[in-house]
Formats: sequence, structure tokens, C-alpha cells
Amino acid sequence: MTNAWVYILVIAGVTFLVRAFPFVLVRGTIKNPTLKAFLAYVPYATLAAMAFPDMMLATGSVWSGLMGFIAAVAIAWTGGGLFKVAAIASGVVLIMEVLL
Amino acid sequence: MGRRRSFFQGARDALPVSLGYLSVSFTLGLAARQAGMSALQATVMSLITNTSAGQFAGIASFGAGSPLIFTALTQAFVNLRYILMSLSLTQRFAQSGHLAQKLLAAFDVTDELFALAMKRDRPLDPFYYYGMMAATIPCWALGTLLGATLGNLLPQPVIYAVNVALYAMFIAVVVPPARTDTKILKLVALSMGLSGLIRALPVLGGIAPGFRVILIALPLSFFFARRYPIREVKP
Repeated sequence: MTNAWVYILVIAGVTFLVRAFPFVLVRGTIKNPTLKAFLAYVPYATLAAMAFPDMMLATGSVWSGLMGFIAAVAIAWTGGGLFKVAAIASGVVLIMEVLL
Repeated sequence: MGRRRSFFQGARDALPVSLGYLSVSFTLGLAARQAGMSALQATVMSLITNTSAGQFAGIASFGAGSPLIFTALTQAFVNLRYILMSLSLTQRFAQSGHLAQKLLAAFDVTDELFALAMKRDRPLDPFYYYGMMAATIPCWALGTLLGATLGNLLPQPVIYAVNVALYAMFIAVVVPPARTDTKILKLVALSMGLSGLIRALPVLGGIAPGFRVILIALPLSFFFARRYPIREVKP
């Protein structure tokens, strides 16, 4: 296995390059509408694909993960913020894992 | 407003974010330990990175032993949204400011600090941004350290519960806009559906999660960009 420090440098380095790139290279604003739209859609596509189905596979039982997933979607849909969603999903999984 | 006042104003405004970071980064520390990183490695990573989704993806890549090139690609894709935020921020700082000053702020472009910065009048004082960084980065690193050291003392059901928190955060980011924007709702549903489908396939299902995300997000975002162009990007 490659040394963890190498991974850490790659993670930090790439993250900084992505954040710094516009400051260094783009003096004006991006005009290309397709590129603008692509950049606007990417976060939703990536985060959605990261959350599902992996959330259900991160727990002891698929069922507790599924319940946590449903709880998270429901709370977020009804206007819950970042931490409320995370806390309630965690709580649901904790209860399910203890009960199952 | 003087630099000093701007700095402390930024630090004060970012205090609630600091508290949130403390709890969220706890999960990161725990995930890093479970993937085989030391507490020191996890803490240093948080000091120099500050991105929950990106670090989480990076930890997963490390744990799965993904090739470094995939790790870098995943990192770039997960963090692509920062390009838009940084782009927006280039218009906020005074154009006369030094590039180095802006790059120091660029080091910590996060969803939360970006949101706070957008509430300020133009031109945005870089020292206001540094104040926010000073308040949040230590909390991010401290939470990671606590998660990496104390996380192992937790019973298994608690660990599963904490595991789920970050995934829940991703959901908290994608669901509210999906509720008000049908395009994003379609995109999120398709992305999750494809992700579940690929994960269930015999050979493709075994690839690293980060690479699966790229396989889905790249073509899907491009398709949506062509199908539903955005004329106005706010702010």
C-alpha cells in the first residue's frame, strides 16, 4: 500500500489547485454557457452518486442504512439544515443498529 | 474598516461554522483511522485540506488502495464546485489586491465560508476571510484529531451511526435545491439510480467508489448542461 502521506499530499494539493485555479488563470468570468452549466450541475451529480447506495453499505445492516437514508431525505426535504439532517440520520441508524 | 477589525469580525461571524466543523470533522478522523491512517496523518490532512466531501473521498481512495491518479481525479471532480465559488470570489476581492493575498483565501474556499463571504459588501477584505479561516481551520483539525483518537473507544453501533453522518450531509446539500428545481431533482435521482445500478453490476460494482462517481457525474453533468443550459449563474 502506498504511504498515507502521499495520498494526503495528493488530496491537499489537488484541492488547493482546484480552488486556486480561477484566481490564477481566469481574469474575467466564464462566458461559455455549456461550461457554466456543467460546473453548476457537477456537485449535485457527484454528491448524489456518493450518497447512494454507499450510505446503506456503511452500516452493519442494509436496513438501518436504508432507514437513515430515508430519514435524511425526509428531513432535508422539509427544510432541515446540514447538522439537523446528519444528527437525525445518525440517530435513526443508532436506534436501528441497537434494535436489530 | 481596518485589517484588524475585519479579521476579528470574520472570526466572530464564522464561530457557528466552527462549532459545526468540530462535530463534522470528528467523523472524518474516525473514517481516516478506519481506513488505516494514523491520528497525526488525519490531523495534518485536515489542517491542509478543509473539505469534508473531498477528504472523505480521499480517505475512501486510500482505504481501497486506489491508484493515485484516480485519487487525484476523484478529488478534482468532488471539488469542482469550488471552481465556481472561487470564480465568484475573484469578483468580490478588490481587483487591485495582490494575487498572493487572494491565493491565501483560495486555500480555504469551503461551502460555508463562501456563503458567509457572499453576505459581505464588495470589495471583500481578504483579512475578513483570514479571520474566518483562523476561527474554523483549528476546529476542523481538532475535531479530526478527537475523532481519530477517541473514535475507536466508541461501540460499533455508534460508529455506524457516525459513518452515516457525512452521507447524510451530502443529502442535505442536494435535496433542498432538488425540491425547488426539477432539473436538479432529475439529476440527483438519475445520479443515485445509476450509482446503485453500477454498484449492483458484477464487475463494475467492484470499482472504487470515487471512480464510480466520476463515471456517473462526468457524462451526466455534461448531458444536463447540453439539455438544460443555465443562462444566469448566481450570484
